[in-house]
Amino acid sequence: MRAFWKPHRIVMALIALAIVVWSVLTLRWDWVPNYLGLAAQGIWRTIWLLATSIVLGMALAIPLGLAQAVGPRILAWPARTFCTVIRGTPLLLQLWLLYYGLGSLFPTIPWIRQSEFWPILRQAWPYGLLALTLSFAGYEGEVMRGAFKGVPKGQLEAARAMGMPRLTILRRIWLPQALHRALPTLGGETVLQLKATPLVATITVVDIYAVASRVRQDTFITYEPLLLLAVVYMAITGIIVLGFRWFEQRIPSRVA
Amino acid sequence: MAVTALVGAAGAASMFELLQLSPPGWGANLLRGLWNSILIACGAFGLGIGIGTLGAFGKLYGGPVVRDLLAVYTTVVRAVPELVLILILYYAVTDAVNQTLLAFGYDRIQISGLAAGIAVLGVVQGAYATEVLRGAIQAVPAGQIEAARAMGMPPGLLARRVTLPLMLSNALPGLANLWLVATKDTALLAVVGFGELTQETRQAAGATKAYFTFFMAAGMLYLILSIGSGWLFARLERRARRGQPELHG
Repeated sequence: MRAFWKPHRIVMALIALAIVVWSVLTLRWDWVPNYLGLAAQGIWRTIWLLATSIVLGMALAIPLGLAQAVGPRILAWPARTFCTVIRGTPLLLQLWLLYYGLGSLFPTIPWIRQSEFWPILRQAWPYGLLALTLSFAGYEGEVMRGAFKGVPKGQLEAARAMGMPRLTILRRIWLPQALHRALPTLGGETVLQLKATPLVATITVVDIYAVASRVRQDTFITYEPLLLLAVVYMAITGIIVLGFRWFEQRIPSRVA
Repeated sequence: MAVTALVGAAGAASMFELLQLSPPGWGANLLRGLWNSILIACGAFGLGIGIGTLGAFGKLYGGPVVRDLLAVYTTVVRAVPELVLILILYYAVTDAVNQTLLAFGYDRIQISGLAAGIAVLGVVQGAYATEVLRGAIQAVPAGQIEAARAMGMPPGLLARRVTLPLMLSNALPGLANLWLVATKDTALLAVVGFGELTQETRQAAGATKAYFTFFMAAGMLYLILSIGSGWLFARLERRARRGQPELHG
């Protein structure tokens, strides 16, 4: 603690505190109570989209990475093309392609209109979730390719020499070690994914960013909702970073 | 079978008609959008490298206050979504310029989307570039810099002749990544209504209802841009690494 609180830092912290106090006292915050419920819903939706897209995206990224690392050419080539296309085009474009493209195509196909999924497909969030999932899978497929390749060969050879079936090797040896290697990168990528979620507001999904935009439209207050929004995102980022740090420390690792 | 082939042929014909350069087609609009995107990406990337170089030297050699301020800058920019930063900076920059102009007795001006876009994305790129360049400078062998100092080189000359050329080969992979991020982040300016590629594409698609055609075409343009610049950066890195021993893993 002594090392952190040097004199210049105390002065800077006081200045920061003064700025916070000044903005609380002079900026307009009277709109906050009216939008608390909506904001809570928005934060929940942002976190839900983030968590779901990461889980589904990782489930896609593992086979994508495996196919690129060791798969036969007939599997490796499509996986590589998918990753290149996803990483080479903006997420906003992918999102709009799925939402406007599929959204205008589906109503023209009778059996989709009559199916029981139609009430879900008429909403915006499935397209947002799909775009976020595919994007995460594309970036993480590349990360997992490197992670799978980085596992020492001796580990896999030892497992094979013990007569382990291939699926067991993947489940017990290869995947855990690859994930351990990729963990620091995955932490950073999770933050990047959080920063990608506000894009879904452009296709009418009401996440926390959309709530802030609505406050701006309703009340003509520009800066205050945006500043609060930035603080909310910084808080979520902080939680993600701390969570990954905790998780990394829990995994025992031998430092040579 | 014949019917589907016919429909497919008609679809392909209308697709090419829509993408034509002359007015019934929207090809010229897409290319104008692409040109705007490239302009903004180049400007933002250049500004980002400028900010990043200053930031990296500040983080490494600056006083304690400068270092802490830079740490706050890079942390905040990397923790808040680009979309939010773009809105905050877009309003704040326009507001600040107009307030200054009014204070000096001039009239308000309308800031062009191009200038605002370059400024905003440049500030974002600067935060990432600071980290990339700091790492690259740290990877320069200390003996080289110490030798230059021992010869009595002033700091500016040392940076220009020794540190910057030597760190270039270390920085290029990170900078290549940043350039790709810059080209893709230009799409975010569509949200504030600037006419870059994604915005032009949405307008064309909305007017003709041919969503797949236009979004796919724009995707191809972005893909060509990123694959082409990836190839270019690989060549640049090979050139920057000439004379260095190759690494065999």
